[in-house]
Parts: sequence; C-alpha cells; structure tokens
Amino acid sequence: MTIFQYDFMVRAFITGILLAVIVPCIGVVIVLKRLSMIGDALSHTSLAGVALGLIFGFNPILGAICACALASFAIEGIRKKIPKYSEMSIAIIMSAGVGLAGVLSGFVQSSQSFDSFLFGSIVAISNFEMALVILVGIAVILGFILLYKELFYISFDEQAAKLAGVPVRLVNFIFTLLTAATVSVAARTVGSLIVSSLMVVPVACAMQFAKSYKQTVILSSLFGLIFTVVGLFVSFYAGLKPGGTIVLAGVLALLLILLMKRLFRRA
Amino acid sequence: MQTICIKTVANCAIAKLYGAIKEENGMKVIEVRDLCFGYERADVLHSVSFSIQSGDFAAVIGSNGAGKSTLLKLVTGLLEPDGGSVRLFGTELSEFREWSRVGYVPQNSTYLGSNFPATALEIVKSNLFSQIGFLHFPRKIHKQQALEALGTVGMQEMAGRMLGSLSGGQLQRVMLARVLVNQPEILLLDEPTTGLDEHAAKSLYELLQHLNRDHGITVVMVTHDVERASRYVGRVLTLSREGMLEQRRQGR
Repeated sequence: MTIFQYDFMVRAFITGILLAVIVPCIGVVIVLKRLSMIGDALSHTSLAGVALGLIFGFNPILGAICACALASFAIEGIRKKIPKYSEMSIAIIMSAGVGLAGVLSGFVQSSQSFDSFLFGSIVAISNFEMALVILVGIAVILGFILLYKELFYISFDEQAAKLAGVPVRLVNFIFTLLTAATVSVAARTVGSLIVSSLMVVPVACAMQFAKSYKQTVILSSLFGLIFTVVGLFVSFYAGLKPGGTIVLAGVLALLLILLMKRLFRRA
Repeated sequence: MQTICIKTVANCAIAKLYGAIKEENGMKVIEVRDLCFGYERADVLHSVSFSIQSGDFAAVIGSNGAGKSTLLKLVTGLLEPDGGSVRLFGTELSEFREWSRVGYVPQNSTYLGSNFPATALEIVKSNLFSQIGFLHFPRKIHKQQALEALGTVGMQEMAGRMLGSLSGGQLQRVMLARVLVNQPEILLLDEPTTGLDEHAAKSLYELLQHLNRDHGITVVMVTHDVERASRYVGRVLTLSREGMLEQRRQGR
C-alpha cells in the first residue's frame, strides 16, 4: 500500500493507534465522573504551555503537560470550593487558559507552529514526540490497569470509596497527571481544539452497545482505534486534515449508531 | 376484664425484663451523645443523644429538614460535628477504622446507579475493595462473594444485568447487596423506599426485617414513610427540634 511507503505516515499510524487506545480509557472515567468538558478545558489551557515552550525555546509538548497538570489541579481545587456547581470550575479554568494562550501567542515568532497545535499535525511529528507518545501511552495503560477497580469505584461513588478505604486523593492525583499528559500529547496529534471529542465520542458510541463496564472500556478503545485508522486513510487519500477527519469520522459513526438504534427500536 | 389486665401487666413485665436483658447483653453499637451540627446558615441538630444496640431494627423519623440524613452522615463520618461525640462499637468515630462492619446506603444511591454503565455484579464486587486491597486484582472468591450477596437480596439471576435495565426496587436491592458483601454488622439506610411503589417498598421492608432477624444485622433507617415502616421496625426514634424522642414499640 502506497500509504505505508512514507515514513511520516508510519509514524502517524503508530502514534495515532496508541493514542486512539489510551484517550478513550481516560475518557471513560471522565465521562462517568460527569466531567466531559474537562478535556476541553485542559486542551485549551495546554495551548498556554505550548506558547510558553515556543517563546522560551523548550519542547512545547512538555510545556503543555505542565500547563495541563497545573490546570487540572486548579480545577480540582475550585471544584472543592464550590461543590454544588462543580462544572463552573471547568469554565473558569478554560477561560483563564484561553486568555493566557491568546496573550502569549502574540509573542510567538512563527505562528505556523502554534497553529499546528490548534488542529494537530499527526503527519508532522518528530521521533522525540513519537517517543513521548509511547512513554505516555505505556504510563496510561499501566496506570489504568493497576487502578482499574479504584477508578471504577471512585467514578461510581467517591464518598463510598473514601469510606471503603480507597486512597481517593492519591488515585485522583495520579489520574489527573495521566489525563494532563494524555491531553497534551493528543493535542499535538489531533489538535487542542478537538482532543476532547476523541475523549468523549468513542465512549458515547461504546455506551450504546456495552453490556458491562469492562465492555464499555474495551469498546471505547476499539471505537477510538477504528475512527483513527479510518480518519488517517481518508485524510491521506482525500487530502484532508487528519485531526479533524478522525473526529468527524467518530461523530458520523455516533450519529449513525443513534439513528440505527432508533430505527431498530421502532421496527 | 381482669384477665386482660393481668395479661397486660404480664406483657409489660416481660417487655421490661426483655428490655433489661437487652440492656445488659445488647452491646451499644452506635452511641451518639450531645451531637450538634449546623450548615452555613442554619442549625440543624441540637444536642442529639441516643444509642442503638446490637440487633435493633430502628427507624429514624422526623419532618423535612429535621436533619435525619445529616444525622446518618455524621454517624458515618462524612460530616464533622460541631459538638458532641459519636462512638461506633465503643470506639470514638475519629479513631474508628473498621468501616467494613458498617454498611451505609445513601439517599441518592438508586439515582446514582441508574445511568452508570456497569452490571450489578461489577457494582457489588467493587465494594470488596478492603478485602482485595489497593493495586491488587480481584479473584474468583471475590466474584463468588458478590454473587452470594446478590443472592441474599434475591438478585442473583440479575447479576449480569446492566444497572440501567433494572427497576427502582431491583436497583435498591443491588445497592443493598453492595454493602452486604462486606458482611456488615450495622446497616444504615437513608430513605430506602424513596421512589419505590407500594409492592417494592413492602418487599424491601420484608427483606430488611429478614436481614435483622435471621442474619442478626442491626438496621437503622431514616425514613419519612412512618406508617409503613413502623409495622416492621422494633424502635421508632423521632428527631425534633428538642432533640431525639423515642417511641418504643412492643413486639413486631
């Protein structure tokens, strides 16, 4: 196949597939904790880190990871202060992040590299960035498997988890770090503006079919994988932007699933 | 007439004697003394004192806003009291660590579960955390224990069903199995029959009665369903502005 004759496409597939598997894992927990918008807030804030990296000449992804981690702890902090309107904390941090990124972007010399973080550029990632994705990927998979039952418990009922002796704060802390790292590396590939869709859409699709929590997780990753592979193929042969194509493939699939379900229920 | 009087006197004497034996033998599993609590703007509990003994089946009633749910949250340590003390199994709450001995089913539990994409078995098994341990994986025996707990509440056949496909009454049973899996000695339930129809509520009360009588579990439930609940429980505790008033029922 001609598509795999290009080194950059092989790299795109490796990183794409790895991210497609891990992003929905994080997504399942985020959706079930009713924090779907957190991916949006983090990815937007990550842009501030990207801008800082570009201005001061360090790797923008590392900058993004730091910005994301800080933002997610700030969200947790505000969430505890106003528990009844916890989604407000997400909006506050998102606006702060976007504002900061907007101001900082004025100081970035080449606007092109900044743009590549907005919509992602999976076909233009370096070896270092691929290594970073693999590293984050392994950390997320390990963390998710090891903390599987703890994350399940906390997503279902945080109070009861505390009573049962789950180290809720520690688990939340690790999960926050994993989320920050995942959002940051995913922002480089699919783009900051659409990373949260990759977190939520596969989970939404999986929830239409799954017959257990375990199936929800496995199907979410599987859907993420399908969307990414389809998106990459379509974008390569049709000359479209890969990040957007991947997410649109997902949204289209979700719409089809919902439509089919309705039709079959009627019949 | 005379016989009735004699009978009543005898009944009273037996009840007193039974009470005295219970006082002696029944260990105080929950002891609340001068408990005070207020939310930001309003005082809720003023110097509430009562004790629950091992084997009791008690209902806590009171008007809306009297602080019934707050009381349970204070007993489980989810809220910090402004004053007074709570002792569980004779241990001060701040030092109490054996939470698997206490099963708490909060008010929103059925709402919590209705949209969560998990099976009854997964939910029940997750509460075995203290037995499985942090970072350890559940084994076959844990699955068995979860199935047994579901069996106790008559839900073993529904183990593989998603929570979203269960009725309110079935969901409440799963939530009950979720705490029973740890074989608790005390069950604390917050409005367990909210949203249940007549039939489901009745069978839930019967289940609680069965757990109390045949498994020896102490049951304390907060409820507004005074009439129906009092048919099953052995003690009714009324929470009012003046503190805790007790109405003791004889026999069940």
